[in-house]
Formats: sequence, structure tokens, C-alpha cells
Amino acid sequence: MTDTDIPAYPMERAAQCPFNPPPELQALQAETPITRVRLADGTTPWLVTGYADQKAVLADPRVSSDATRPGYPIGREGDRYETEEAPPAEAEDGPGIGFILMDDPEHARLRRMVTAPFMVKRIEAMRPAVQKIVDDLLDEMLAGPKPVDLVEAFALPVPSLVISELLGVPYGDHEFFQEQSKIIINRFTTDAQRRGAMGALVGYLAKLMGEKTQSPGEDLLSGLLPRIENGEISVIDAAQIGMLLLIAGHETTANMIALGTLALLEHPDQLKLLQETDDPKLIARAVEELLRFLHITHSGRRRVALEDMEIGGTTVRAGEGLIMANDIGNRDPRVFAEPDRLDLTREARNHVAFGFGVHQCLGQSLARMELQVVYGTLYKRIPTLALAGDIADVPFKHDASVYGVYELPVTW
Amino acid sequence: MKVTVYEDKCCGAGSCVMAAPDVFDQRDEDGIVVLLEESPGEDQFDAVREAASICPALAIELSEAK
Repeated sequence: MTDTDIPAYPMERAAQCPFNPPPELQALQAETPITRVRLADGTTPWLVTGYADQKAVLADPRVSSDATRPGYPIGREGDRYETEEAPPAEAEDGPGIGFILMDDPEHARLRRMVTAPFMVKRIEAMRPAVQKIVDDLLDEMLAGPKPVDLVEAFALPVPSLVISELLGVPYGDHEFFQEQSKIIINRFTTDAQRRGAMGALVGYLAKLMGEKTQSPGEDLLSGLLPRIENGEISVIDAAQIGMLLLIAGHETTANMIALGTLALLEHPDQLKLLQETDDPKLIARAVEELLRFLHITHSGRRRVALEDMEIGGTTVRAGEGLIMANDIGNRDPRVFAEPDRLDLTREARNHVAFGFGVHQCLGQSLARMELQVVYGTLYKRIPTLALAGDIADVPFKHDASVYGVYELPVTW
Repeated sequence: MKVTVYEDKCCGAGSCVMAAPDVFDQRDEDGIVVLLEESPGEDQFDAVREAASICPALAIELSEAK
């Protein structure tokens, strides 16, 4: 393969198929298990195309998530890195984004400090409160004018309210933290802009930690205070963990709500299944299938090889970058029959929408529960929900490392 | 079937609890896996196999021979 044959990454989706991965990327999967791609900064890391190889690499201790290592595939346009737990970070200087760009044992040490609030039984206990948030927001939306932007009225407030409550961040500040998040995950954000946004968020959260010292609550961030006091972590460490969870906690789920709704409106037979069921198992299955099908974290999971290793019959050398394109992993026909078909009745729990390996999404149980409540409520509550306008005019987030829609005008 | 879990590998994602809630739980203090049933009944086999296959940290080992 000559230099000029190496395809650029990320690739563009087909305009008519906003729910499918880029056709060029899907074609690569059919051709080869592993191939070089060119990032915006000219580097040419390996792209791993198949589901099984992607999982094997992500679970392999011979790869590193440490973005400060030479060879880690950052890419610039600003296309930075994207991992399962959250959006990009500033690795060289300025605030870091906490444990997602670290390796064990340090990663595990920090992650375990905040795992408990996300465990299945604690998340299940939050379900009634989330149902109330959803019901109240829909009451408000239905009482207001239409058409309305579903992103602003519903998709963004639901997870923002929930994660604010869980972390102990005042929801009143949501405009501030949503705006900073948007800057941080935009692929075209400059380094300076990203540093500025991350600095602002870390500063805000560090100040909040100070206030919590005076009057601690029952929330996750207050739960970190004893660890600061006994010297396990610094205030800045805590603020960075807070930033990671705050961004990952609202941005991803908001996109799943809005993009999922659009996908369902475009697949009325599937929408009908959700409108006609109260079966929590079917709703849960639908959530897994939408996670698989939409795969919003579309910039690939990135790693760097620590040793020479064989992947898909090719020797990858120590120090070479690896991108696991999990969006096409979830469309791998060897694992999912008719992978490009949205089928809410299929068993898709083995998808890699949350990644794989020890960095797999910490908040996945929360995301699942929120989406089960939302998908199980919204379309029954508003059975005539419809897109106001043409899908061709919907602004898709092609420029963000997490896919979705910026706005979704709906009526009923 | 005999189930073994490796707490040191576990990353607390909770997918085993989702797949097989009668066999796996999570430790209150840090969400790390707790094995409820070392030798689950046959009715649990499929769920346990799924749990092992979706565990992101490969922290669940099954020995199927009795």
C-alpha cells in the first residue's frame, strides 16, 4: 500500500443514511481485519475493523490508553481522542480528564473511588426519580407551544438533571457546563479553546468541592471529600473526575434520546413496538438494539501497542497506534444478522457501544436505565409525535466526537 | 458448571448483574463483583455464559465440566 492509498479517518457518512456508519468504513470491514488509516495530523495508525478483534484488543493488557505515550493516535483537526467513558481531553498540559486516559493500576485506583454510585442496584433505586423527571418534563413540553426542539426541551434536560443530582452539581449551572462540554467534544475545537473549556470546568468543580467541604451532601462529589482529606487524591483530581462524569453523563445519553427518537420516527414499525408494550424486557431489549444500531461514539476507541502483537494476521509493532472502530463492530455481519436493520426484538446486549476492556463505560447502567424510562414513556405519552420538517434539514453532529443531532424539531 | 470471579480484574461495569442477577452482585463499597452462586443451577447456565462473555474485564471464568 502506498502512502496515498491510505484512507483518511474519520470518514463521512452518506447523506441519505444518517444512521449508518460511513459506507467507506463498512466496506473496509468486508475487505480486511486491519488496515492503516490517515488522521488529520498525518499519522497512520491501524484501524481494527471486526467485532471479535476489537474486543480482543480492548481487553488486551498489551495496549495502553495513555494518550501521552508516543504513537497514541490523537489526530488533529482538532480531531482528538475519544474513548468509551467520555470525550476528549488535554493530555500534554493544562487539566487532564482523569482516569480514562490512564492505565491500570492508577486507572483502577481512581475508577474504583467512583464506581459504587453507578452499580446496578443503586441505579435501579433511582428509577422512580428518573421517571418523575421524565414525566414532569413531558408535562411541561405538552403544555407549551409546538413545534418544539426536543433536544432542548427534553433530551438534554433529562440526563443533565440526573447526573447533576448524582454528582451534586447545581442544575442551575447547566447552561455553563453544557456549553463547555460542547466545546470539548467538538472535533474542530482548537487546542486553546479546549484547554479553556476544560480549565473553566475544572475550576468550577474545584470551587464546588471547596463549598462541599463546608456543607457536604449525599452526592458522589461529597463522597470524595474524605479521600481528599486523607491525601489519596487532590482537589484537582476530584474536579477532573467530576468533569469526566459530568460530560459523559449528559452528552452521550442526550444524543441517544434525540437520535434514537429520530431513528424510531423513521422506522414507524419499530416505534409501534415500543408504543404497544409495557414489557420491561422488551423495552430493555430495544435500548440495547438502539445502542448497537446508533453507536454514537463514532470516533473509534483508541489505544497504543506496548509490545509487538498479532492482530488479524498482521504484526502491529510496539508504539503503533490502534483505533477500534466499534461503530462498524456493531454492524459486523459475523455477529449480528442483517446488521444494518434496526430490529428492536433482537438480542443485542453483546454490542460494543460502551466499549470493551477495563475502560468500558462506568455509567452504562445509568444510561440503560435512563433510556429505558425515556423510550418506555415518550412515545406512549405522545403517540402522534412527529418530526416537524424534513429530515434533510436536521443538523446532525458530524463534527462532534459523539454523534447525534443538534436540534430535533418535533410536533404532535 | 463452576464459576470463578477475579476481583482484581473487575472494573465494576455491572454487566454480569444485568445478565445474571441471581448469580452476580456488586460490593456496596466499590461496585466490584460478588459471586452469589458458585455452582449455579442449569436454568442459570445461559445467563451465566452471557455474563462471562460480555464481562469487559474478562473477570469471570467458567468451568463447564461438572
